Amino acid sequence: MLVKLLKEFLHPYRYQVSAISILLLIQSIANLYLPNLNADLINNGVAKGDISYIWKIGFVMLASSALVMGASIMLAYLSAKVSMSLGANLRASVFSAVESFSTRELNKFGAPSLITRNTNDVQQVQMVLFMGLTMMLGAPITGIGASIMAVKTNAKLSLLLIVVIPIMSTLIWVLLRRIVPLFRIMQIKIDRINLVLREQLSGIRVIRAFVKTNFEERRFAEASEDLMITTLSVTRTFAVMFPLLMLILNLTSVAVIWFGGKLINSSGMQIGNLIAFLAYIMQILSSVMMAVMMSLMIPRAAASADRIQEVLMAPSSVVETQSPQSPATRTGKIEFRNVEFRYPGAEQPVLSGINFTALPGQFTAIVGSTGSGKSTLINLIPRFIDPTLGEILIDDINIRDQGLESVWENIGLVPQRAFLFGGTVASNIRYGDQNASEDEMWEVLKTAQAKDFVEELSEKLQAPVAQGGTNFSGGQRQRLAIARAIAKRPLIYILDDSFSALDFATDANLRAALEESAKNSTLIVVAQRVSTILNADQIIVLDQGAIVGKGKHRELMNSCLTYREIVLSQLSPEEAA
Amino acid sequence: MSTTRPGQAGPRGGPMAGMFSPPPAKVKDFKTSLNRLLRELGPERKTLSLVLSLITISVVIGSFGPKILGRATNAIFYGFLGRHLPGNLTKAQAIADLRAKGQDNLADMLNKSSVVPGAGIDFSHVAKILLLAIGVYVIASFLMWIQAYLMAGVTQRSVFRLRRLAEEKIGRLPLSYFDTQSRGDLLSRVTNDIDNIANSLQQGLSQILNSLLTIISVLVMMVWISWELALVSLIAIPISIFLSVRIAKRSQREFVAQWDWTGKLNGHVEEMHTGHSLVKVFGRRKSAIDDFGKLNLELRDSSFRAQFISSIIQPTTQLVSNLIYVGIAVLGGYRVATGSMSLGDVQAFIQYSRQFAMPLAQIAGLMNSVQSGVASAERLFEFLDAAEQEPEATDPVSIGRAVGEVRFENVFFSYSAERPLIEGLNLTVEPGETIAIVGPTGAGKTTLVNLIMRFYEVNSGSITLDGIDIRSLSRDDLRRQFGMVLQDTWLFDGTMRENIGFGSQNPTLESVEAAAKAANIDHFMRSLADGYESVVSDDNSTVSNGERQLITIARAFMADPAILILDEATSSVDTRTEVIVQLAMKKLRVGRTSFVIAHRLSTIRDADTILVMDKGKIIEHGRHEELMASKGFYFELYATQFAAALDS
Repeated sequence: MLVKLLKEFLHPYRYQVSAISILLLIQSIANLYLPNLNADLINNGVAKGDISYIWKIGFVMLASSALVMGASIMLAYLSAKVSMSLGANLRASVFSAVESFSTRELNKFGAPSLITRNTNDVQQVQMVLFMGLTMMLGAPITGIGASIMAVKTNAKLSLLLIVVIPIMSTLIWVLLRRIVPLFRIMQIKIDRINLVLREQLSGIRVIRAFVKTNFEERRFAEASEDLMITTLSVTRTFAVMFPLLMLILNLTSVAVIWFGGKLINSSGMQIGNLIAFLAYIMQILSSVMMAVMMSLMIPRAAASADRIQEVLMAPSSVVETQSPQSPATRTGKIEFRNVEFRYPGAEQPVLSGINFTALPGQFTAIVGSTGSGKSTLINLIPRFIDPTLGEILIDDINIRDQGLESVWENIGLVPQRAFLFGGTVASNIRYGDQNASEDEMWEVLKTAQAKDFVEELSEKLQAPVAQGGTNFSGGQRQRLAIARAIAKRPLIYILDDSFSALDFATDANLRAALEESAKNSTLIVVAQRVSTILNADQIIVLDQGAIVGKGKHRELMNSCLTYREIVLSQLSPEEAA
Repeated sequence: MSTTRPGQAGPRGGPMAGMFSPPPAKVKDFKTSLNRLLRELGPERKTLSLVLSLITISVVIGSFGPKILGRATNAIFYGFLGRHLPGNLTKAQAIADLRAKGQDNLADMLNKSSVVPGAGIDFSHVAKILLLAIGVYVIASFLMWIQAYLMAGVTQRSVFRLRRLAEEKIGRLPLSYFDTQSRGDLLSRVTNDIDNIANSLQQGLSQILNSLLTIISVLVMMVWISWELALVSLIAIPISIFLSVRIAKRSQREFVAQWDWTGKLNGHVEEMHTGHSLVKVFGRRKSAIDDFGKLNLELRDSSFRAQFISSIIQPTTQLVSNLIYVGIAVLGGYRVATGSMSLGDVQAFIQYSRQFAMPLAQIAGLMNSVQSGVASAERLFEFLDAAEQEPEATDPVSIGRAVGEVRFENVFFSYSAERPLIEGLNLTVEPGETIAIVGPTGAGKTTLVNLIMRFYEVNSGSITLDGIDIRSLSRDDLRRQFGMVLQDTWLFDGTMRENIGFGSQNPTLESVEAAAKAANIDHFMRSLADGYESVVSDDNSTVSNGERQLITIARAFMADPAILILDEATSSVDTRTEVIVQLAMKKLRVGRTSFVIAHRLSTIRDADTILVMDKGKIIEHGRHEELMASKGFYFELYATQFAAALDS
């Protein structure tokens, strides 16, 4: 997946990547040339006592190191440019993909996971690419080049490499094989500590109330000790690795000098070549080391690439039509015709056989216990998800045949979890109406029963709203979310349990004001509280995904058992009568 | 990128972890925090000094390596030279011979060497030297291993101790700390910051010492071999440092910008994903993508700059080091040619000068890591120094099982000085009574619970349990008298049995099952694949809200407390499930003093006393019928709640 992803996203940068390869080649050659020059310097300059030759070669050496620097800087420039641009493109693709997701895909991944994928995972990939371009790619080039040079300098002495490289690679490989799984275990144990700690913080009242602080301290200590033991194995493995590698490097130099000396004695190998050979062998071994170290990063980046690819490949289950139709007049009439919704492979549908019509100017309420499918039903109207059977019509045209934006245009939505966008009170209301004047905004706030508390804020409409609206209480958030929907003056209102955090008096006032201002709109309200829906024009009672009752409060009290149960659980019999 | 940094394998995983972590925060008081961090290593003093001496010995021994190898090269070189001179000459003759041929330089070189004309390479001599080198390398590596092994222990044990300190601290902090501090921040202090400290300790301490010693010993060796050449190398230090510091500063700025933009981009993504459906319905998809694009480009550009600039350091210092290399070669070559230095010495010197550059660059990097570790330590210490809850009574009264009479006497309390909440509250609850507390949000209902349980301490006045001031009891003893069921059903990652058993100090299997039966959850437990041994976690979605609530009720049954507190215990379950939960709670209330806080008035009509609270005061109290008859605040509250129902 990593390779596939990189291949696709690197395509626009193929020229840069070629340039990078050339630069790497230049860099490696120049780097390799240096020991060669040094050998030359010693053989023909020092050994022959030719000072002017030393100077001459010295200049060449300087020139080549300047070349190395130039190449390295250009290399860093291009690699950084390519990797960071690739990262940005990946992020943009992931974000656009998510924006076209239906609620189903979004929930499948979960918002936190999507965020991690779009940031940390992309970063992993872009980092490994950068490392790859600047180092990993260079390591084999240098390694091979150095090997060629070493063989050229002295083929017999190069036989040493055949002994050393396998020893070294085996050693690293054995140790890494031990470390990589340990890393994974370590991560699990870190997560465990975080989990225990998070639980302790969220349950602090319960823990103290039940006098369980000691129990929790033990639980934490266990997790902590567990982590310590694993971390110790990891760090101790590293503790072996590096001195051992250094030892191999050093012993190799010793061997080079010993066998080199023999060769000098027997075959007249030049002394300068011995020193050059030492330099080559160090380069070869350090590039082997580098390559293996770097490969540690790859599994992690590959996992990240998989996670990114999953998002990019996930097809949206809601597809916009190519030839949208639009109704002659927009009134906001909604009709469900035999609608079923079922998760793929699920035994039971979430909703089935849903038939009803919600008319403009009417208040349609949906009730049912948790898990009865209320929220799913609501999510079908703006096409956050599509039904698996049946059809939904707005203004007598199947919503699948309408443009998505034109469906959304007419809907004022207040979700279950009142969510405000970071900005100001005004910027949130303007989500509903971009050009709303101050007066209009106050009017809307008044209807939403939010005028009073906004007036009390020192900055009023310009009061800052934290992301999600966390600086407002639950009830205030709900009212502002309702205000936002009202500002849109939509034909269809969808309120998903939007009064739950309001006290009963505010709930009642808000409903009255809303019904007044939404006189001509289709009003669909999901509610927990019976008192909220008593005067609805139509109450739809859901139980296990099916409509078990439809009608007004009084009719349903007589005809629908489920409805009676719901009502009676909240009101005493005489109150409900 | 150096290859000899064992510490890079920090618990945050992956050798590249450092690149993904935020830039080191500014340290407020570096010295104090560093000293305190070192003090925390106190128990490891002995091992630590052993580690330090091992590093010293190993570095010193290791630094002889190249010098020894140089001697071997010399022996080979002279043997090589000697073989090419006719054996019937003495050294002096050979030199004179060379001068006669005009090869003065070579003659000078020969003069200073131990060449024996005619003799070849003395391999037994070379072997001896090389054996010595092997010995030195083996010992140095062995010592390095031992010290790294020990250091890993020191670090991990210290970190374990720090985590324990933090955990114990959590137990001693007052609840107000958790109610006011951000949870994420606290979590990150105990986890990320401690991890970061571990990283710095592991790589910082030993590596800095290692690098410093390497620099010093290499410097000594270089001076020993040739002080003139050493001078040339020394020029490299200020140049390298100057250049890397300049560039590092610049890149640091870009890294900060990069993290800044990453944060902003994260924020935007999070907001747009959580508000996904709203973004769609309110027609903001395009502007969401546009905004993302802008942030994305800023992030791309700052990451590019950060990455590019920091990548310049290495080639730049490399160039300086190559410059020096050439300098040494030229100067060294000259001196060898004139005979004032041996070839082996030049070779050794070159090796030393190579070793010299790396620790320099490392120290620069390590300083960053130390800085960041100390910043983390500072944040941890801040947490460890937070004000703790009031100390326990010095001579606590101990009570067995309370009868359950609770009395508030002239209690004053406020969360913050500016906003008084409870003023002069008086209240007596008889044993076995059920007290319902109702009132609008912010009236102080939950505050009463906080005070009875001593989650918060009263400002003045007193609360007594069976006539004993609760402050003269130990907190644990007091809390053992209570069982609590909250709206927020807290379950922890463990089995069902453990979660129910949590209510008791010594739960048995039978008592857990009995409690589950009492709470009407036994059947559910048995329907699970692993029964009571099924694992739940706090975010487990397979257990519904209602079932979770029943588990917490079973937990309260386990505790078998004298006093019960039910705080909005059913407001997050749907109304049909609520009936079952209410039933279980009714059973639980039997024979216990109970405080019931409720949103829905229908659930508390049978309470012995209903307290109506508003703005921290009890404004009405009495039975349901009495309060309805008096047509006061309660009546209005009740009326609005059921207005519609009464109408219809």
